Parts: sequence; structure tokens; C-alpha cells
Amino acid sequence: MTPLQDRTLFRFFRDVLRHSVTGSLRYHLWMGSLTFLMALGTYAYLIQLNKGLGVTGMSDYVSWGLYISNFTFLVGIAAASVMLVLPAYILHDVDFSKAVLIGEGLAVTALLMCLAFVTVDMGGPHRLWHMIPKIGYFNWPQSMLTWDVIVLNGYLALNLLIPFYILFSHYRGRSPKKALYVPFIMFSVFWAVSIHLATAFLYAGLPSRPYWNNALLGPRFLASAFAGGPALMILILHFIKQNTDFPIAEETIRKLALIVTVAAQINLVMLGSELFKEFYAPTHHSQSATYLFFGLKGHKPLVPIIWTAILLNVFATLLFTFHRTRNNKPILLVSCTLLFAAIYLEKGMGLVVPGFIPSPLGEIVDYFPTWIEIAVTIGIWALGFFVFTLLVKAAIAIEKEYETHHRSEPH
Amino acid sequence: MSRTKAFLFGQTAEHQPPEEYTYPLLPPPQSTQAASASPSSTSACAAPSSCGCQPPKPTAVDTPYKALLKADLQEAEPADGISRREMLQHLLIGVAATAAVASGCSENLEKGSLNWEEYFKKNYRVMTAQERTDTVQRLERLAQMRNEKKPSIQTKNAIPGVLYGYAFNISKCKGYMDCVEACIKENNLDRKSGMQYIRMFEIEKGKFNVNLDHADGTYHHEVPAAGHVYMGTQCFQCENPPCVAVCPVGATWKEDDGIVVIDYDWCIGCRYCQSACPYWARRFNWHEPVVPNTEVNPIQHYLGNRKRKKGVMEKCTFCIQRSRDGKLPACAEACPTGARVFGNLLDPNSEIRYVLANKKVFRLKEDLGTEPKFWYFMD
Ligand code: SF4
Repeated sequence: MTPLQDRTLFRFFRDVLRHSVTGSLRYHLWMGSLTFLMALGTYAYLIQLNKGLGVTGMSDYVSWGLYISNFTFLVGIAAASVMLVLPAYILHDVDFSKAVLIGEGLAVTALLMCLAFVTVDMGGPHRLWHMIPKIGYFNWPQSMLTWDVIVLNGYLALNLLIPFYILFSHYRGRSPKKALYVPFIMFSVFWAVSIHLATAFLYAGLPSRPYWNNALLGPRFLASAFAGGPALMILILHFIKQNTDFPIAEETIRKLALIVTVAAQINLVMLGSELFKEFYAPTHHSQSATYLFFGLKGHKPLVPIIWTAILLNVFATLLFTFHRTRNNKPILLVSCTLLFAAIYLEKGMGLVVPGFIPSPLGEIVDYFPTWIEIAVTIGIWALGFFVFTLLVKAAIAIEKEYETHHRSEPH
Repeated sequence: MSRTKAFLFGQTAEHQPPEEYTYPLLPPPQSTQAASASPSSTSACAAPSSCGCQPPKPTAVDTPYKALLKADLQEAEPADGISRREMLQHLLIGVAATAAVASGCSENLEKGSLNWEEYFKKNYRVMTAQERTDTVQRLERLAQMRNEKKPSIQTKNAIPGVLYGYAFNISKCKGYMDCVEACIKENNLDRKSGMQYIRMFEIEKGKFNVNLDHADGTYHHEVPAAGHVYMGTQCFQCENPPCVAVCPVGATWKEDDGIVVIDYDWCIGCRYCQSACPYWARRFNWHEPVVPNTEVNPIQHYLGNRKRKKGVMEKCTFCIQRSRDGKLPACAEACPTGARVFGNLLDPNSEIRYVLANKKVFRLKEDLGTEPKFWYFMD
């Protein structure tokens, strides 16, 4: 251990690196398999770079697919970390004081994955510098995509900065100054909402695609994010609690479960409202929803996916709603998994792909991802797990050391 | 007259050559133009619902871009005469040149430095006239080095007082697709993926609706089929184009003559514009496009039919390389039935203005407010 007085920024990163390369055999096996999957993804991506996006299942008809679906879903996961930040820093709920670092780590990870998914979807990733203001041509404020670039990068910066400041202070055995970081936290709470709204507006701002051009899209994005994100968080916190001696309060998990419950219920209400609008008096604009839920002119590849998602969603929400099932830990873990899967299916493939079908000229062309797309997607998810493991491992090590040496009240 | 879709079956089309159309594409003399356009903006465009066209602005030939993008130009060229981008560019060219010298091959040296300069060039909209000339020279030289047919790439600006419009006569079209074939050849469209800017739809009589619900865009039989009508779509060059607004890097914009263009070297291939287009008018290069050297049309425009690469968007430009030269777009010229009418909306004597004033015209998805400059009508 580096003595406290010698702890500089350089030593901080060196120690973090040391934490990440040392660990149990199980840890090395885990990181090794993730590295293998990342290598597989890289291989697939190189093929795509070389041959063009034609190696994916996308076409002029369905021009966004698995990549942008994952991107959209992950923006929600990133935004959901606010559900830990808000109680921990602003409502001063001590139960959240430890978990919040994990939440911020999750946000950083999700954002990195978002950026990776957008980049692999680009036809000319090496021309991305065209987006840099002044040097390139940043079409702000007209293009919603530029708004999304700003809010995502801003949110990434905030979520790197705040935990870094807190961890670095703890690393040096000091308690972080509230006046320095609380304003940024306030900011990040609003920012979290904006990243998901901006992403929803990306779609909702297109009158050419009636399926997306819908005022409920933004709120629904938020509701599903605040259900799916904390559900994933519960699973992660449970895992950390089981496998480390990092003090995660049982109360944190209970409160998170309550947040998930409310968000999942609101999400279902909105789903009902959407279904009513599309199917009570179907118009020409309901064709995408028809394609998704029932199939159109014999094309029904998404029908099993969406019904699986809806059944899982309703079932999980019921399990959350009843106190008996919510307060039973094994059942809670199952319902979190089901809900997470449901939202991934519904918001990923269920949102992006049907928006393109039928095409604006009424043609129906299905979309099926190719192995290249799937391999790249798996690679990026492996990257996410990899980064998240590193971040959490280092954070836990620093926090534990701080706790043992300074038994003061939590920052 | 009944013929198969000749080009699809690899035969030569054997119809009478298109008549010599003589629509006035160039603006009327200044005096009449001012007289006809200034009284009110509605008289400048006789569309049934206002298409939002502006009366011609009295700008000099060379200035519209500057007026449009004053701010950008100022940003791009600071007072001290050398921008950050240029500094970076020179630095990198230096590095590339050093590397190439080390490899000791002058051809590679030239190619490397040309490619570097191409990589760091600006968005076409904010280029100075000199920068435009330079990039054209580089592109032509690079084509030569690849042993391709030497292109002649124009950078002709919009002609003041011209706003292009198109009308399509559903009663006349017989679905021959000569327009599609001419478009492919004229615009150097990718032969490998079979890219088409123009889509032709066959619709059973009595089932016609503007949503194209019963339209068949993949018909493959002898035309005209009894009891059917035909209808073509392409980019409608909206006055209020949603694709332009969404582009994050400003790689696509509407020119002063109303043509929506793409800077193929600036596009990052995000495909947001493709999602935003309500008319399915944009095409993406999913693979490296292929045009056999012998079939390349060397008369090109920077914003039109020049060589594209994989990963960028492209679209119909009303054949900008032809229309700005006072010619008809290839589709209008190739049509054997006279179903396609093209001309200057600001010229009250043009045929397009005659159609708009005297036929019952309609446009697709008028409710979206995109104001397409492409009308359909029936006799
Ligand atoms: S694909 Fe190209 S032209 Fe279209 S929005 Fe993206 S960068 Fe702009």
C-alpha cells in the first residue's frame, strides 16, 4: 500500500491498475472470457469495416437494427443511475451512500457501450471528426442527434468526474468537500432525464415514421428506464453483497425494488394507452404496431419477441406489486431478471425495427441481424462487463480501505 | 405499344428517340423576371397549396453560398488567415510525406498526400472557390491514378432565378422504366446492388390511393399490364426537407435552385436522414459501389453523379450535372411517353407552370408539410 502522504494522481491510477490485474482465479477466468468475446467482436467489426455495413442485416428499408436498438436501451440504463444518485446525495438517504458509486460506475459503462454502439453503426467512423464544432460542422441545434451527442458526452463527463473526485479524496484519506461536488450532482440529476428524453426525441421528431412520432415516447422511455435500470442494479448489488464484504445495506435493495415497482406499473399504464391508441381505431399509421404485434401481410418475425416481452413484463410487474413476492429475495431476483429481459426486448428490437416497417412507400421488408451484428453486439456487451468489473473492483478496494482507516461518518 | 422492361432483361430498348424538349430552363431575362416574381409570392408558384417558394433573390452568381453561410465562413477563416484545421492538415501532410519518402516511391507519395488533403478538406458548403477547384483537381488525379476513366467534375452553382420542379403524368406513364435505366447510367449508380433512385409502382385501376397501399414496386412482366396504372417516385426535393434538418454534420442541404444535395465526402453514414425521409428517397452505400469503367459517365458534378464510396448516403439530384447546364434530367429525357415534365417554377412560361395552373395536381403526404416540388396529375 502506498503511504497516504505519497498518494498522487499518478499513484492513484497505478494502484487502480494494480487492483485490476490482481484477483482470484475466478476473476481472471471471468476477465479472460470477456477478453475472448471482445476479440470475437473486434474480428467481426473488422470484417464489417472492410466490406461495409452490407454485412449486417440492415438495408435501405430497415436502416437501423441491432446496434441502434442496443444503444437506445443502454441510454436508459445510464439514465437510471439517477435513481441511486437522487436518494443518496440529495435526499441524504444513508442506505444509498455506498451503492451510489456502483450506480455511477454502471452509468459510465452504459454510456461507453452507447458510444461504441453508435460508432459501429456509422458508415464512416473515421470521419466522425466532422462532428467536432468549429473544426467540423456541428449541425446544432437543428439535428436532434447533435443534442444527443452533447447530453451523452456531458453525462459521461459528470459520471466520471463525481465518483473520481470522491474516490480520489477517499484514496488520499480525506473526506470530499460537499460544496465541490454537490452542485455537479444536482446538475447530473437533471442531465440524466435529459439524456433519455433527447434520445426519445431523436425518434419522436420524425413525422415520416408515425410509429415513433408520438408524444408518449419520451415519458415511456423514462418509465421503462427507471424500471429496467434499477432492476439490473438490484441484481448487481446482490452479486456484490454475496461475493465481497462491501457493505451494501439490505435496505438499499428494498428501496430500489420499490422504485422498480412504481416505474414498471407506470410503464404498463403507458403501454396500455399506446395499445389502445393503435388498435381501438386503427389508421394507416397503426401499420407498424400491427406488424409488431400481429404481423402484416404474412410478415411476422417480431410477433413472438414482442409477446414474450409483454408477458414477461406483466408477470414481473405483478411479482413486484405484491409485497409477499417483492420481499422474498429469490423471487425478487427472478422478477428483476424477467423485467430486465422484457424491457431489453421491447425497447430494443420492439421499438427501433417496426418503426421502419412498412417503408414510407408501403413496402414490407423484414430485418434479421446477421452473425456479424450479433458478434459485434456481444463484443460490446463483453466490453461493458469488462469495464464495469474494473471500475467496481477498484472502487470497492478504495472504499474498503477508507472505511477501515477512517471510521468517520460516510462522506 | 407494349414492350418488356428491356434493360432489366439485358436487351436494347427499341423505341423512338425522345422528342427534343425545349422547356426554358434558364431564367427569363431580368426585366420580366422582376415583373413576374415581385408583385406577390403566390404568383411565383401556382401550386394548389402554397409550396413556399420564394421569389428570386437578386443575388450575384457567386454570392449565394457566402450569404447563406457567412457565419461558417467567418469561423472557418479566422483573421490571421490560417485555421486550426489547416495547421493540423499541413502537419499531417508533412508526416504522410515523410513516411512516403521513406518508402521511396513518388507515385505513392503523391497518392498519400492527395488522400491526406482529401481527408482533411472542408464541407463543400464552406469551401472557397479555390478550395473547390483544388479538391476537384485532386479527385480527378486520384481517379486517373486508379486507372479509371478521367472524370470532369463541375462545381457549377445554382443559377439565380431558377427553382426546379417536376410533374408526373399518371395517365401517360406505361411503366417502361426507361427513366430508371437512364438514371442508373447517367448517375453512375451502383450496379452491384442494383441501386435505383427512381421507384416504379404498378397499381390496379380502382385501387389507387395516395398511401400506395396496393402498389407493387417489384413488378416484372410485360407492360403496360391491362387495368393498371404506373406511378414513379424519386426524391421530391422538398422545400422543407426533413432529411436536411436531422443531419448531425450538415452533410446534406438544399441549394438555392431547390435541389437537395449531399456532400459525399462529408457524410458520416449515420443514416438519420434516411429515417427522416417520408418518401424513401435516400440510398445508402452498404458496400463499395461498382460501376464498370466503360460505363462510367465522366460528365459529373461534385454534388451529383461523381464517384461515391461505401458508407455514405446518396440520392436523386434532378441530375444536377445536367439541369444546371440547361438540360433535362436523364429520366425526363428518356421517357418515351411524355409523362415527365421538368422545368423552372419561377418561369411563368414554363411547361411545369402550365401543368400546375391547368391540371388537377396532387403531391404525396402533403399533411407532413414538407412541400415537395414534385406533383402528380392525370389528364
Ligand atoms: S447519413 Fe450522411 S447525410 Fe444522412 S444524416 Fe447521416 S451524415 Fe447526414
